[in-house]
Amino acid sequence: MSAPRIGVLALQGDVREHRAVLEAQGARTSAVRRPEELDGLDGLVLPGGESTTIAKLAHRWGLLEPLRAAVRGGLPAYGSCAGMILLADRLLDAPADQQTIGGLDVTVRRNAFGRQVDSFESEVDVAGVPGGPVHAVFIRAPWVEEAGEQVQVLGRVSGGPADGRIVAVRQGSVVATSFHPELTGDTRLHRLFVELVRAAA
Amino acid sequence: MSETTPSTTGTDRVKRGMAEQLKGGVIMDVVDAAQARIAEDAGAVAVMALERVPADIRAQGGIARMSDPDMIDGIIAAVSIPVMAKARIGHFVEARVLQSLGVDYIDESEVLTPADEAHHIVKTDFTVPFVCGATDLGEALRRISEGAAMIRSKGEAGTGNVVEATRHMRSIRAGIRRLSTLDETELYVAAKELRAPYDLVLEVARTGKLPTVLFTAGGIATPADAAMMMQLGADGVFVGSGIFKSGDPAQRAAAIVQATTFHDDPSVIAKVSRGLGEAMVGINIDQIPAEQRYANRGW
Repeated sequence: MSAPRIGVLALQGDVREHRAVLEAQGARTSAVRRPEELDGLDGLVLPGGESTTIAKLAHRWGLLEPLRAAVRGGLPAYGSCAGMILLADRLLDAPADQQTIGGLDVTVRRNAFGRQVDSFESEVDVAGVPGGPVHAVFIRAPWVEEAGEQVQVLGRVSGGPADGRIVAVRQGSVVATSFHPELTGDTRLHRLFVELVRAAA
Repeated sequence: MSETTPSTTGTDRVKRGMAEQLKGGVIMDVVDAAQARIAEDAGAVAVMALERVPADIRAQGGIARMSDPDMIDGIIAAVSIPVMAKARIGHFVEARVLQSLGVDYIDESEVLTPADEAHHIVKTDFTVPFVCGATDLGEALRRISEGAAMIRSKGEAGTGNVVEATRHMRSIRAGIRRLSTLDETELYVAAKELRAPYDLVLEVARTGKLPTVLFTAGGIATPADAAMMMQLGADGVFVGSGIFKSGDPAQRAAAIVQATTFHDDPSVIAKVSRGLGEAMVGINIDQIPAEQRYANRGW
């Protein structure tokens, strides 16, 4: 097929980094800020950022329901950090009114590793990503507290106080990571997602 | 291998990466937990805790210092978004205190009264990241060489007047563009003129951008001000006195957030600018004596 079209939710966050990595994997990207900008997409990326801000803007601009419909309808989606929070069906440590897009049958805890002084870099083995562990950057990151039966756990933290915590998951064509591959130059997770999008298209 | 996986905090990537997550967002000055909640509800990506907003510091005079730890604790407890706080220029003990309180970013800020007239804090020594103000490219690169992980224009805080932020954004961006036209020999001279380390000058010349995000600050009071700064190349916006010195802070805060996201769409900016009530009154820069301008603080 020709280059898949992947939209990056561009209400706030590290949109530019995701677009650059996706384009380097052969995708065409576009910014999504309005419902009509979801038309004709083969895949969707939810970037890192502040999840409360992104959710509020999505709600205010009538984007939340179209995003839910798109993901429910099978549009492949990948979320990093705030993107994982947006894809979760259930949240912990979030403001009571924080809404999500959903699509992953998981409970995600916001800021689970602590505050910024606790943000860290580590190595994480990710199932389906060949060539050794992924160098993972966790920034005020969430983790998956509980995952439903349909959810495949792709990666866990190893070592340290958070040993064994789930930080990469997949359910059908929806993928999420607690960490930010868009910040490291390691393109393997984005390549995996672009391949998933190609296969689904 | 699992038991020996090294995990490191306080790296450049973690510090600068935190600021990357704030891009396209608005960081709002707040002086108590109630204001912090209004800011979070309006869609702020972070709040900046300080004892008085710059307009009040300017009006009341006296020495402006780091905030009371109880006030910072109260704000941290009130919101789930990142909390930043200001330390005086060069006051490395205030910075240590703020780090121990668990703030997510420290602003080594010219809005507070400087504690050192020659030296900034050695920011590489800290786990918590720092943001610093700059008026031009050389100042931005000096701060980055000391360890700043985020740069903002200084503007002229507490004035509600965007003219100085405009000047600083244009100056920093023009400085970057100029470097990209120079050859290697000329870059050595440029580093000398900028009073900045050669390796950073070379990096900016090669990449065409700062190695950190560049936000804007100092005098932003309206949705259109925020959108203009974004179009001048800012990665995001700090709003100080402009929100809580206006007639309807909650509505103005939400409007500035939306204008920052849709900064290239005048119809959105028009829509959110309606019925906002009074903007802060503001001050003309030429009515402020040079020695009282905050942008002149820092070296």
